[in-house]
Amino acid sequence: MAAINRDDVAHLARLAHIEMSAEELDRMAGELAVIVDSVKSVSEAAGDDVPATSHPIPLTNVFREDVVGHTFTAEQALSGAPDAYEGRFKVPAILDED
Amino acid sequence: MTDATLSFEEAMEKYDPVLGFEVHVELNTKTKMFSSAPNVFGDEPNTNVNEVDLGMPGVLPVVNKTAIESSIKIGLALNCKIAETCRFARKNYFYPDTPKNFQTSQYDEPIAYDGYLDIELSDGTVFRVEIERAHMEEDAGKLTHMGGAAGRIQGADYSLVDYNRSGVPLVEIVTKPIEGAGSRAPELAKAYVAAVREIVKNLGVSDAKMERGNVRCDANVSLRPHGRERFGIRSETKNVNSLRAVEHAVRYEIQRHAAVLESGQPVIQETRHWHEDTRSTTSGRPKSDADDYRYFPEPDLVPIVASREWVEELRATLPEPPAARRKRLQADWGYSDLEFRDVVNAGVMDEIEETIAAGATATVARKWWMGEIVGRAKNADVDPGQLGVAPATIVELNQMVEDGKINNKMASEVLDGVLAGEGTPAEIVEKRGLAVVSDDGPLLEAIDAVLAAQPGVADKIRAGKLQAIGAIVGGVMKATRGQADAGRVKELILERLGVEG
Repeated sequence: MAAINRDDVAHLARLAHIEMSAEELDRMAGELAVIVDSVKSVSEAAGDDVPATSHPIPLTNVFREDVVGHTFTAEQALSGAPDAYEGRFKVPAILDED
Repeated sequence: MTDATLSFEEAMEKYDPVLGFEVHVELNTKTKMFSSAPNVFGDEPNTNVNEVDLGMPGVLPVVNKTAIESSIKIGLALNCKIAETCRFARKNYFYPDTPKNFQTSQYDEPIAYDGYLDIELSDGTVFRVEIERAHMEEDAGKLTHMGGAAGRIQGADYSLVDYNRSGVPLVEIVTKPIEGAGSRAPELAKAYVAAVREIVKNLGVSDAKMERGNVRCDANVSLRPHGRERFGIRSETKNVNSLRAVEHAVRYEIQRHAAVLESGQPVIQETRHWHEDTRSTTSGRPKSDADDYRYFPEPDLVPIVASREWVEELRATLPEPPAARRKRLQADWGYSDLEFRDVVNAGVMDEIEETIAAGATATVARKWWMGEIVGRAKNADVDPGQLGVAPATIVELNQMVEDGKINNKMASEVLDGVLAGEGTPAEIVEKRGLAVVSDDGPLLEAIDAVLAAQPGVADKIRAGKLQAIGAIVGGVMKATRGQADAGRVKELILERLGVEG
C-alpha cells in the first residue's frame, strides 16, 4: 500500500465536504500515514490464503420477508428537516452536480 | 446552444459506432430493498418512508428476500451466471437525492454476470448483445427543481425532495461494449431496451412502465474510424425514458459525435441530457475527480449466498422466455414469417393472443388487429392496445359478420361507433339501423339487373370461371349501397345461373 500524502488528504477532504486548513492537512497526512502503515502490517501478517474480511461475524443471507411494515407520516418524516415545503424537504439547488 | 451534427448517412460513411447501455429496472416488490416501507408509485410525498429510507442514525437495513429472488430471476433470464457469494457496497456521494450520503449498491461483486441477450431486429436479423453484469441497488429520492427555468436545475432557486422512491429495489443491467451494429445502432438500441423491458415484464418482477420510470436507460455512444480497433471517447446520455427516445438519442449522439470529430476536436467524456422536445442532447457534467465514490463493503449487510439449489429452484419458476413464446405463438397461429413479424412490429401480439383466447380464430384476430385497429391507433397516435378495443368486441363483431347480420364494411363502421363510446356492437347496429338486406327479393332483383348489364361475365361464370363472380357481386353491393351480405349474394348468383358453387 502506498503511503498517503498531503494531496491525497486534500482530495479526500474535498470529497467528504470537510474544510481543512493547511496545518490540519499536514497533521492529518501524518496521522493517516500511521494508520495506513498499520493496515499494511496486518496485510502482511495475513497470508494469501486468508480472504479479505468485510464482516467479522460469519453470517450470510439475513433476509426479511416482503411484508409491508410501518411508515412515517409526512409530518413525522419532515420533523427534523431544516426546511420543508408542501410535504417535501426543501434543499438548496446544487448546481455543480446533476 | 445547438451542437453541430453531421447527417446520419455521412456519419455512418466515416465512422463505426460502439454502444453500451445501463438499464435500471425498478422491481415491483411490495416493500423496499432494505426497509419494510411500501414500494408504491404516486402516493403523497414522504409518506412511504420510515427511518431506514431517511437514513437516520443507528438504523439497520435488512435485505428484502423477494428482491433478491427477483434479481436472480432477471440474471437467469439474461443468461447470466449467478454469483455464489456477493456483497452490497456503499457508493459515497453528496447529493440530496439520498439522505444517507451514500447509495447502497453492489460494486465488484454483482449478483449476476456474463450473460447475453439475442435481439431480433425488425427484419428478423438476430444480434447478440453481451451482458457484463446485473447488480442490485436502491433507487434514490425524487428532486423537483423550483424557480428558474421550469423544472431545470439551471437557474433553480431551490429543490424539493420526496423520498418515497428512496430505497425502491433496482437492478442495473450493464452491457459489454456493443460493436458491429453499424447503421442499425439506433434500431438495435431501441430493440435492446424493448427486449429487457419485455423480459422483466414477462418475469413479473417489474411493472416495466417506462413512463413511470420503472425501466430507465442510460445510453453510451462512441465513434471510431472504420477499421480502428480502439474505442473512441464516449458520452453517456442519461434517463432516456421511452423506446422511441432511445432510438432517437443514439442517432442524435452518433450525428453529434461525428460532427465533433470532423471538426478535428476530441469528443468530451461527459453525461448528456436528452430533451424530447428538441430531440437533442445538451451537455451535462464532465467526468471529474468528484466521481470518486470510494466504494467499500456495506458493513450493515452481510453477504448474500445463492446456493445452487436455490438458483435452480428459481430457474424452475421462470416463465417461457419471450423469444420462445413468439416462436410458439407463430406456430400455433399458422402465420407466415412476414405476417408474424408485421404483427410483432405493430405491437399487437399480446392483443391477438387475448382475442384468440376470447374465441376468435387466428385469422380473424389478425384481420381485425392489423386491418382495422392498427391504422386507427396510428391516426390517434396511441399504441393499438391502448385504443380501447376489447377482445370480446372483436369476437362479437366477427360473429355478426359470420351470421350474415352485417357485412365487413358495416362492421368497420360499428367499430368506429364502439370507439366513439356509442355502446356495444349490438346496440350500435340497432341504433344506426345497420343490417344487411337479407330478404332475397330485392337481392334477386339487383342480381338480375347486374347480370343483364354484363352478359359476358354471366357467360364466363356459366362456363365455370367462378372467379369472374366478383364483378357481379361488386355490382350488386353497389346497387344495394353495401347493405347486402356478400356471401348470400354469391349463392344467389350461382343459383340464378344454375352453376354448382
